[in-house]
Amino acid sequence: MAYGATFHKSSRQLEDEGPPFEYTAENRARFDEIVTRYPPDRRRSAVLPALYLAQYQQGYITANVIRHVAGLLGITRADVEDVVSFYTMFYTRPVGKFVLQVCRTLSCALNGAERVTEELQAKLGIDPGQTDPDGTFTLIEVECLGACDRAPVVMVNDHWHEGLTPEQCSKFIDDIRARGQSAFTGCHLRKERT
Amino acid sequence: MAYQPVLTSHVAEPNSFTLDFYLKNQRGYEGLRKALTQKPNDIIEQVKASGLRGRGGAGFPTGMKWQFVLKDTPKPKYICCNADESEPGTFKDHVLMERNPHLLIEGCAIACYAIGAKVAYIYIRGEFYHVQEILEAELEKAYKAGYLGQNIFGSGFDCDVFVHRGAGAYEAGEETALIESLEGKRAQPRLKPPFPAVEGLYQSPTAVNNVETLCNVPLIVLNGAEWFAQLGPEKNGGPKLYCVSGHVKKPGVYEASMNTTLRELIYDHAGGIRGDRQLKAIIPGGSSVPLLLPDQLDTPASFDAVQKAGSLLGSAGLIVLDDTVCMVWLAMNLLHFYRHESCGKCTPCREGGDWLYKLLQRVERGEGQDKDLDLLFGVANNIIGKTLCAFGDAAATPVLTTMKLFRHEYEAHVREGRCTLPADWRRQGPVLAGAH
Repeated sequence: MAYGATFHKSSRQLEDEGPPFEYTAENRARFDEIVTRYPPDRRRSAVLPALYLAQYQQGYITANVIRHVAGLLGITRADVEDVVSFYTMFYTRPVGKFVLQVCRTLSCALNGAERVTEELQAKLGIDPGQTDPDGTFTLIEVECLGACDRAPVVMVNDHWHEGLTPEQCSKFIDDIRARGQSAFTGCHLRKERT
Repeated sequence: MAYQPVLTSHVAEPNSFTLDFYLKNQRGYEGLRKALTQKPNDIIEQVKASGLRGRGGAGFPTGMKWQFVLKDTPKPKYICCNADESEPGTFKDHVLMERNPHLLIEGCAIACYAIGAKVAYIYIRGEFYHVQEILEAELEKAYKAGYLGQNIFGSGFDCDVFVHRGAGAYEAGEETALIESLEGKRAQPRLKPPFPAVEGLYQSPTAVNNVETLCNVPLIVLNGAEWFAQLGPEKNGGPKLYCVSGHVKKPGVYEASMNTTLRELIYDHAGGIRGDRQLKAIIPGGSSVPLLLPDQLDTPASFDAVQKAGSLLGSAGLIVLDDTVCMVWLAMNLLHFYRHESCGKCTPCREGGDWLYKLLQRVERGEGQDKDLDLLFGVANNIIGKTLCAFGDAAATPVLTTMKLFRHEYEAHVREGRCTLPADWRRQGPVLAGAH
């Protein structure tokens, strides 16, 4: 009898193997610096920054990334996957060039966040959780971003866009297409006072 | 006399985040210089005498926390600064880190000296990418100027401060979960005891303090415990940052003493209710605390007074709700949050949160029955007190508090088969005005 035909076998799938992965020289140097922030026998602490570096380099986390990071930190692949699957900011599938993360928690919801999501959905023709066909935009609904005074807030990749009204959504998307990152308001604390 | 801000006195000025500005306008690093001429234990005594209470949510006396940190041990000690700030309605630490980062860095260094630590980690939430940039740039300047690193001010005291950025987990704001996350694991809480003061980061004695708490420490060292204590009512001394959001004209962070009432915060500082509508309820301390009603507006916004009124000051995140808000929808929105953010370690919270959300969804859509309301009450009560950390209580609170104060709205949903408020109330646009 073939192995696994009758016995229980987990249906869980390892995520995308992905292309071969290794840090670029620049990222490797940054990794080596980050590791020194923690005691030598506690390299595991660097797993979040290490995964961020990989995600900035490749866009999303694959089995090959996990293997590489685990090897460098001297922990098991399961340890790394444990972390990847827990934290919401790591992507295990390819995402668009711009990941639109609409805050849907109370203060934003009280100020019309639902309509913002609807407008973005209509403009892009995708549902939350999807990426548009040409890989430019991914739309996600997220929980509180910590900018409740500038509701509704959308985080695009690592940057904030504050006070996005439903009426502005269509133009906002056109703006991003036209001028990329400079279309975001950024954090008002920075912008108004440097 | 009107209250003079001390934590945020300069945040609206250009370049207030720079080291030069801090040295020139805020007596920068003088507190650290003064602290290093005293014994570590004297610093702890001063902080105790000041009555400084943790600004993260629990309001535990900071001096006591530091005193509990195990002294007789060969292990290193650590300060962890909790900058996870994920409680819905809270955005005060962000202002301090973005506009006054050196105050926090100085606070970290003094805290390290007081408990005998050499390293502090500032754990910021994953969404604060821009805060990480600014903190790391300013830390580098502090190192270059000799305020961090080896042998600070020739005192023989060494101190390192590092920034560690999380990756999107509300639970990392709980102190033991923060430590787990910092160790490179899932952000899940530990069984206490042992408390972090005995076995925290890397099984070593650790003090976990909120950003705003640590920012108060240099001020106490410089100006004295008495000055700090007299800034507010008894046992609630010092400056306090309040975050006001929701249906107000000028949402923002406002600094006041804890003598200030909720009414002053909402109507004076935040400009009153959007469109001059009626106030329906207030969440006074982040989404995890019970609601207060308009007749409680004259409650002073202090830890003790808010608790006496039946709620908690928590992280001082005031979410203001006007008369358009459906309380069933409110509970559902918050349970969506708690269901998503539950770390999954304790069954009552992991399963109960999901169950509550599904029940609320059913009632909100008008498909609920009378027995669903009893079930909601029962499930919520079976989460409270049955989890390792306070998350379980936090998740059940929105349900219990709305059912207690607004049960008639739940009953109306069941009876009418729909929400009885005007259908388009939450589809109104945002209000923005110049607040900081």
